[in-house]
Amino acid sequence: MSFKTSLLQVKKLKTHFHTQDGVVKAVDGISFDIYEGQTIGVVGESGSGKSVSALSIMGLIPSPPGKVSAEGIIFEGQDLLGLNDNQMRGVRGGKIAMIFQDPMTSLNPVLKVGWQIAESLRIHLGMSSSKARRRAIELLKMVGIPLAEDRVDDFPHQFSGGMRQRVMIAIALSCGPRLLIADEATTALDVTIQAQIIDLVNRLQRETGTAVMWITHDLGIIAGLCDRVNVMYAGRLVESASVEDIFYRPAHGYTLGLLRSIPRLDEDQKTRLVPIEGTPPDLIGISALCPFLPRCQVAKEVCATQIPEVRRVAEGHNTTCLVDLRSYWRE
Amino acid sequence: MKPLGDSEVILQVEELKVHFALSKTFFFSKYLGAIRAVDGLSFVIRRGETMGLVGESGCGKSTTGQAILQLYRPTAGRVKFQGVDLTQLNDRKMRIMRRKMQMIFQDNYASLNPRMTIGESLSEPLGVHQLATGKQKVKRIRELLEMVGIPPYFVQRYPHELSGGQLQRIGIARALAVEPEFIVCDEPVSALDVSIQAQIINLLEDLQNKLGLTYLFISHDLSVVRHISDRVAVMYLGKIVELANRTDLYKRPIHPYTKALLSAVPIPDPKVEKLRERILLTGDVPSPAKPPSGCRFWTRCQNSTSICSQNEPEFKEIEEDHWVCCHFA
Repeated sequence: MSFKTSLLQVKKLKTHFHTQDGVVKAVDGISFDIYEGQTIGVVGESGSGKSVSALSIMGLIPSPPGKVSAEGIIFEGQDLLGLNDNQMRGVRGGKIAMIFQDPMTSLNPVLKVGWQIAESLRIHLGMSSSKARRRAIELLKMVGIPLAEDRVDDFPHQFSGGMRQRVMIAIALSCGPRLLIADEATTALDVTIQAQIIDLVNRLQRETGTAVMWITHDLGIIAGLCDRVNVMYAGRLVESASVEDIFYRPAHGYTLGLLRSIPRLDEDQKTRLVPIEGTPPDLIGISALCPFLPRCQVAKEVCATQIPEVRRVAEGHNTTCLVDLRSYWRE
Repeated sequence: MKPLGDSEVILQVEELKVHFALSKTFFFSKYLGAIRAVDGLSFVIRRGETMGLVGESGCGKSTTGQAILQLYRPTAGRVKFQGVDLTQLNDRKMRIMRRKMQMIFQDNYASLNPRMTIGESLSEPLGVHQLATGKQKVKRIRELLEMVGIPPYFVQRYPHELSGGQLQRIGIARALAVEPEFIVCDEPVSALDVSIQAQIINLLEDLQNKLGLTYLFISHDLSVVRHISDRVAVMYLGKIVELANRTDLYKRPIHPYTKALLSAVPIPDPKVEKLRERILLTGDVPSPAKPPSGCRFWTRCQNSTSICSQNEPEFKEIEEDHWVCCHFA
């Protein structure tokens, strides 16, 4: 697939939190592009900066303690960093929408779900109350909620976890966003419900042509859904490639370690897992050297002395790893 | 795989039921029915094996684990551990039995006392069961920490100073302190990052080989269960729908629920994923307070016919050690 038009360009995004113990470099100079209609996956462990980078794009990082800086966060030709609060509110929930892991905490428990869907329609699209309500019912039908005419007047606690996530998706899609950010949107759900939600987002993406950014730690979801993958570690973008390259031709020690450490549903015999030893680094006072070095199984001497730079492995495949991993590739 | 067919049965569960009564008001409690969390389970676990128990949230898998250890007293049925019926034991006798059977939890930050150092937490079970005192105790704690790969100076630390993976190692050490034979592992790796998950899975496997432990491994993650288990039971709404050795269950699932569950798990391989067909279940899991009549899965099953809603299928052995609860098996 080729993606022509650039939708979002993130250039050298840095999100630092100023705390009593020092500066936490949660996101430290990451750059990537998202094209129209593309599905991009972001993987990494907890604390790697996946969610913080998404929240930074959305302008949802509280300041202080957070500080977001970048050479540019260009969305449809407009630098989001240059917008004031009012203008940003027009983009957020309108052109860029987000769904979170826990729909119970993102929905207001004392307001009917229909009202909550209608709210964004009234604010962003200026619809009248009655028109917004009719549209809310349509949206609930679209995300597969049975008896939508009745359920529109229910409160969030009257829905199951999977249904609540559907309501969240209805709200996110209500204004026809160009970019949907799904932050661990299925992590709290059971696998059969997860499959329903993924199927739903896929179908809606085909129908509306929205670009989707899936933030997840589940490599299975990435493999099935995404065109491109960004791998993050300790606030940095360590590898960026097409989904095939990531899984069959990984070019970073961390990506390789991650792939070797997961048990697979289709594994044939009992093989021993190869874990990544140790724990992720403290983000305060982190060195400029490769952050994965202490845990890396393929590190060479050069890693202890040279500061990693983005390097091109192949067309559309970038890594910051100093080691050539081609001998580990499988076809 | 270890030859388990002829090894000794360590745990036998017969028609186990755990119901939680629902009452309307606090003062004038009126019986309004029950949540049938576990509703008639029968299975055996043999010495040295790992039995996996999978299912979605609310299917009763954790309740089963706790009912085996008598942390919930079963409503009906029997749990025999090495021939002794645990349901007949009083609390004092049960406490002595618990030396042989321990549990590992998902959230060790919640299960460890935040005001106790790691050393104090580990010395507690040794004291309760009078296993070691004085210098012996210090030595044993060192030994336990070494076994789970934690440096000895951690005895002085408090739980908040440890990472999730380290806490899980302490949880394992605490369970091992009393030299158990059987451990219920309740979602032990679910809260951990994938890179740490593999460390803990390998540790559990090593300890099993070294100490001859028997595990009941409860998890919602089918890939992890496949990796670690010898036999696997799939639960749905308080019942086991299918039980088989891991190869049969994953390669030749028979129950429609097992098939749907397996097809829903994403596989980390783009080429494999592109070719897979998903069986999408419609709707949500019904409430365990009002389970469907007949087969509990018929409301979501693609193959269901009128018999499914009328008669409850029998849990039968369709080939050697492959049990299925379906009219069409």
